Amino acid sequence: MAELQFREAIREAIDEEMAREEKVFIMGEEVAEYNGAYKATEGLLDKYGYKRVIDTPISELGFSGIGVGAAMNGLRPIVEFMTFNFAVLAADQIINHASKAGYMTGGQISMPIVFRGPNASAGQLGATHSVAYDSMYAHFPGLKVIYTSEPDDAKGLLKSAIRDDNPVIFMESEQMYGMKGEVSEEEDYIIPIGKGKVKREGSDVTIVAHGKMYHVAKQAAAQLEKDGVDVEIIDPRTVKPLDLPLIVESIKKTNRCVVVDEAHPFAGFAAEIGFLIQREAFDYLDAPVQRVTLPDVNAPFAKNLFDAWLPDAKNVIEAVNQVTYRN
Amino acid sequence: MAKKKTDEVNFAPRGIGDEKDGAVQKGVDLPAPTKKKHKSLGLSEDDLKAMYEQMYLQRRFEERAMQQYQKGKFGGFLHLYIGQEAISTGTVFALNDDDDIITAYRDHGWGLCRGITPDEGMAELFGKKTGCSKGKGGSMHFAKTENHFWGGYGIVGGHIPIGGGLAFANKYNQNGRISATFFGDGAVDQGAFHETFNIANLWGLPAIFAVENNGYSMGTAARRHTVKEIVDRAKAYGMKSKVVNGMDVFSVYEAMKEVSEEVRDSSEPYFLEIRTYRYRGHSMSDPQKYRTKEELEEYQKNDPIERLKTYLKDEKILKDKEIEEIEEKVEQEVLDAVEFADNSDFPDESALYDDMFAEDEPYFHN
Repeated sequence: MAELQFREAIREAIDEEMAREEKVFIMGEEVAEYNGAYKATEGLLDKYGYKRVIDTPISELGFSGIGVGAAMNGLRPIVEFMTFNFAVLAADQIINHASKAGYMTGGQISMPIVFRGPNASAGQLGATHSVAYDSMYAHFPGLKVIYTSEPDDAKGLLKSAIRDDNPVIFMESEQMYGMKGEVSEEEDYIIPIGKGKVKREGSDVTIVAHGKMYHVAKQAAAQLEKDGVDVEIIDPRTVKPLDLPLIVESIKKTNRCVVVDEAHPFAGFAAEIGFLIQREAFDYLDAPVQRVTLPDVNAPFAKNLFDAWLPDAKNVIEAVNQVTYRN
Repeated sequence: MAKKKTDEVNFAPRGIGDEKDGAVQKGVDLPAPTKKKHKSLGLSEDDLKAMYEQMYLQRRFEERAMQQYQKGKFGGFLHLYIGQEAISTGTVFALNDDDDIITAYRDHGWGLCRGITPDEGMAELFGKKTGCSKGKGGSMHFAKTENHFWGGYGIVGGHIPIGGGLAFANKYNQNGRISATFFGDGAVDQGAFHETFNIANLWGLPAIFAVENNGYSMGTAARRHTVKEIVDRAKAYGMKSKVVNGMDVFSVYEAMKEVSEEVRDSSEPYFLEIRTYRYRGHSMSDPQKYRTKEELEEYQKNDPIERLKTYLKDEKILKDKEIEEIEEKVEQEVLDAVEFADNSDFPDESALYDDMFAEDEPYFHN
């Protein structure tokens, strides 16, 4: 195992796949000469040149569509968004074109494209830079959605995403790029899309958490351990296809579940997981499933309001207390 | 400074009421057609016969499709290309067969011209499994990618960047191919158009972008939905541009031949405003109150098919009887296509889940 920053794991994945396949290229705002807004693409321009590491203007709709057309015509683009908050401008390409062109032409078009970049909030950035979009994209048929929490997952899953012959949304976080973690040194390290992971084994309650919220859940679990509550954490890693059997298996053991999600509550990931659990594991539940999400409110700027807005370990502990009837 | 409060506030697009008394209001001003004859354009007599047959096929295919639609044989939208056939035909004859073409939802003519058979096309309209897109796309999503026809797309302007992407891949692979992206005049108001033009010139994409300006963005006249001349958009992006008479297949062929060679050699994008006229409504339920009968009749005098027919006769390339033979052959092909579509099966219910993902057994959430 090697200890890498999240950004280094991302870079290794891109670098290895570009070295392996000439058709892979990366484009996005500041990816080339600037070396990446968050340094995820540092050094790639020097190594691969201007043909395969391409700076774009701030035209998310335009360059995403060029990526879609390039994918249709035989290339394997990686389209970087400086944040998925900006990808909203490219939603027509992702939702109306990338996910649908193959189907509506009766399978004549293949779409091997990765849209990647940071997702959700990253501190006091205000209302328009703070939204988690993974559930929204997972809503649409034809897209695979990955939102990883640790460098090892990021490397293995990004390599899978780049090799996938379908459009894949791959999400990261500005606040995780500097985070270090052990990353497999296995040659050509691949994690299959659609496989979750038990990141902490426990017997009292299952917490489902992905992306940045995994770390919040981990913090909560450490505190709960001191109180004698043994938490199991499942990180689905891939939002869609969802590894539901892994979650159900855990609930059959713990009989209680809290979903922690950095999106707003309505029709989000937490809502979906809650529904699936009642359908698949109803008889195993000793308490209603609880969720910890953002409130149904835009991101505020003021520090105290922002802290109140973002789910934290305290919120998770409260939810665990509810499902374990400890309050 | 805003006008005084007492002035009436009015957001009616400028241009309304500009028409001169008594004159027929025009959708578009057609530039003069080329004066060149077929030989100096490099077209053989066989080419002309094939062009005539192709344009007549596009026309009759759609007229029959309209009848079938009215008979209730299929539903959905049906955007007819009637009046604009010279553009698809002139272009396809001018480009190389492996150049990439992509268009908007008014796509039947393009599909037929790029090798979708009348059977496959009509069956697609009917939503049958034998359709070019297996009945999954319908009228708006004809495609035949093996012939480099990437399809019709239903979001106005949404496929413009995709056309740029086709060109990007061609340049990346240095395969000598170019892309040609067609869209209606409504699309020039979309951000996707402007973003793509900027990027296409930044990166030197070997791409032709062509607006088929038929005078109307659905029911809104070009003069009411967009400011200044459309062709001049190119100037802002440092792109070469040209206005072409889209009612004359020779003019389209000449422009496309010249421009495609230039784009192929220079790897620079090019913008064409091809002026034309759509005879039918936007789709099937369009009362067409936005234009006069006289205006329509004025453009029908320039009908591209009649024009070529007259040329064929005047130049003594085809006799009346030979023209009739072509027309009868096409008529029969189209009638056969209707029968084929009618007799074809709908897709199996299991096909609902086909073609969503590249895998043989993909995951479907439920």
